[in-house]
Amino acid sequence: MKKTAYSFPEEVLEHVFSFIVSDKDRSSISLVCKSWYEIERWCRRKVFVGNCYAVSPPILIKRFPELRSVTLKGKPHFADFNLVPEGWGGFACPWIRAMAGAYPWLEEIRLKRMVVSDESLEIIAKSFKNFKVLVLSSCEGFTTEGLAAIAANCRNLRELDLRESEVEDLSGRWLSDFPDSYTSLESLNISCLGNEVNLLALERLVSRCPNLKTLRLNRAVPLDRLPNLLRGAPQLAELGTGAYTSEMRPDVFSNLAEAFAGCKQLKALSGFWDVLPSYLPAVYPVCSQLTSLNLSYATVQSPDLIKLVSLCEKLQKLWVLDYIEDDGLEILAASCKDLRELRVFPSDPFGLEPNVALTEQGLVSVSEGCPKLQSVLYFCRQMSNAALNTIARNRPNMTRFRLCIIEPRSPDYLTLQPLDDGFGAIVEHCKDLRRLSLSGLLTDRVFEYIGTYGKKLEMLSVAFAGDSDLGLHHVLSGCDNLRKLEIRDCPFGDKALLANAAKLETMRSLWMSSCSVSFGACKVLGQKMPRLNVEVMDESGPPDSRPESSPVEKLYVYRTVAGPRLDMPGFVWTMDDDSALRIS
Amino acid sequence: MDAADIKNLKATELRLGLPGTHLEENNVISEEKSSSSLTPVLNNNKRPLQLPADEETSPANKDSGSKCSNKNSDDDAAPPPSKAKIVGWPPIRSYRKNSLQEQSEAAGGIYVKVSMDGAPYLRKIDLKVYGGYPQLLKALENMFKLTIGEYSEKEGYKGSDYAPTYEDKDGDWMLVGDVPWDMFVTSCKRLRIMKGSEARGLGCAV
Repeated sequence: MKKTAYSFPEEVLEHVFSFIVSDKDRSSISLVCKSWYEIERWCRRKVFVGNCYAVSPPILIKRFPELRSVTLKGKPHFADFNLVPEGWGGFACPWIRAMAGAYPWLEEIRLKRMVVSDESLEIIAKSFKNFKVLVLSSCEGFTTEGLAAIAANCRNLRELDLRESEVEDLSGRWLSDFPDSYTSLESLNISCLGNEVNLLALERLVSRCPNLKTLRLNRAVPLDRLPNLLRGAPQLAELGTGAYTSEMRPDVFSNLAEAFAGCKQLKALSGFWDVLPSYLPAVYPVCSQLTSLNLSYATVQSPDLIKLVSLCEKLQKLWVLDYIEDDGLEILAASCKDLRELRVFPSDPFGLEPNVALTEQGLVSVSEGCPKLQSVLYFCRQMSNAALNTIARNRPNMTRFRLCIIEPRSPDYLTLQPLDDGFGAIVEHCKDLRRLSLSGLLTDRVFEYIGTYGKKLEMLSVAFAGDSDLGLHHVLSGCDNLRKLEIRDCPFGDKALLANAAKLETMRSLWMSSCSVSFGACKVLGQKMPRLNVEVMDESGPPDSRPESSPVEKLYVYRTVAGPRLDMPGFVWTMDDDSALRIS
Repeated sequence: MDAADIKNLKATELRLGLPGTHLEENNVISEEKSSSSLTPVLNNNKRPLQLPADEETSPANKDSGSKCSNKNSDDDAAPPPSKAKIVGWPPIRSYRKNSLQEQSEAAGGIYVKVSMDGAPYLRKIDLKVYGGYPQLLKALENMFKLTIGEYSEKEGYKGSDYAPTYEDKDGDWMLVGDVPWDMFVTSCKRLRIMKGSEARGLGCAV
């Protein structure tokens, strides 16, 4: 028999595969041949499911029987901005129940934008003996009772991260449920909790866990308790403070400064609610070692803010409010040459007038001064094509560019023209651009640029833009790597959608709300494409109670191997074959 | 844009400041930015008000007079007109919005508007943050990049083109510094940094 590479013993192949970690590569391996598919699926330990409805628990478990780590994402991204009504879906329970039975050795669960109940948390706590990591990112539906179950039962827990979740905070007692013998905590993020946790329990927990590297406190932890916590964990690499204010007393200040100075490994700081500016200098001792600084809650004004930032020469990531203003960004550009990511949030998003001197100029300065800048999220009130052009030419290495000009449909403030050319320059020059969010006055032309140049673009967010279906068509037909497309309030309709139906199977999902897609077209799409779930959301009543040509409120289309979902609330209708016939 | 265009724009420019005051052409901010190649003196151009439902009207045709903020700037008592909020716009997470709101409420700060003759933006400061007049004046100097000089009871703010004034509860415009700090904090409704001859006039004993 001819010897080929395929006649390696399974164990050898498995060993080789164990070095292949990326999901994409694992996927490729599994497509080589049937035996590789088999070997690979038995030794896969980690799975990422970008849309929990694209697959189902039984399908996952059947293919991958020996997982140790599962990541699931639920609601569409626009749920972050209240565009997805309550009850839409993304329920974690069926997954957790199924995994409890199938994966007794499961170690890690990471969920994003999912609804998690206390019951699910209790199941996790009781079912997985070696459970190590629980990350609930932007989740909701659980209370501190669920957390108590985790604390009490997960002896080997290393990471508990509740980032940006909505937790019903019934009592701070849950933290005391970590037994005294529990010492394996490495990362704790409770920044989203509203109420005070048991501070004594927190201090004891922190000081008895020698590997604690990340501690993100909630606002309710008072500043004068921070020094004790820091002294209990001088090995901390990432700290999120609580409220950063207290009656100004020199002894509190020096205590705090000393404690900070003792944290020689501190690389990341966040928190800073209610900042009293005179307490900021307490962190100066660690500024020169910081790579990440999140001041996006800190309502600190210019001089104090700029002073702090200018001391952080190693800074790679800065999140800040627009109090930093153009002047501050200029100083940032001069001081922080290693900056990779900048996010500037608005301090007064609903104000009619600008309350700060932050314009496009700030972003231009940073694009000029920071050669490694790759990722930008910028809220501002004016923009010009010239500025965007400059930014694009300065930073061809940009990979994520999200610009939000606060007033919808704002033109170039200098020329009063649309911002098509500016964004066109961005996609043309930034050849590795993976994520783009548009704003301002935009015609179909910008989408032509995007379709022509945005070859690596994976995620595009569009609002109040475009003139016609041509815009949508350019994107769907041109962007070869598009995975997620989310659109709101654009005049895009049936023609582009139906002409590019096949494209939708190559993407994770498409969201369109307040556009011009008709109910009839949704039905056609659902019928034509059995491997897509075409879901219409309408809170005003069943879509078939209106003419077929009426536009639907919200449309969410995603590819799936699991068929239409069975947990839809009353305001979601699926346009699959059967139901489409039933409705008409 | 050429000079003629800029001149035409001036006629429609919106300015901030009390009605009747003569406002400088080159404001402080644009002087600072004179080295910037991008912007001629157009920082103070307000964009015409854009309503989301209004798709047909082109921005250039909108009447820029629709957004004049001068007139109701003294009305601190009534809440500012808030625009019809679009769901989910601007795209900010609710916890962020709530946090900002909570902080401004919890702070219990005494926020007053500060205008400066010639500046396109008003600023807002929290009087509670300052321990006394020296800190306040220093902050104003930093904020507007100017020197106010020292206060003297007889001569006001001598040696400076600027005089900090405030509107008190009775609606009168007073020179900052005359009354004890605590009294000032509780009676100050808004601040205005006057410039030029008007300012010098205030300093002199009448």
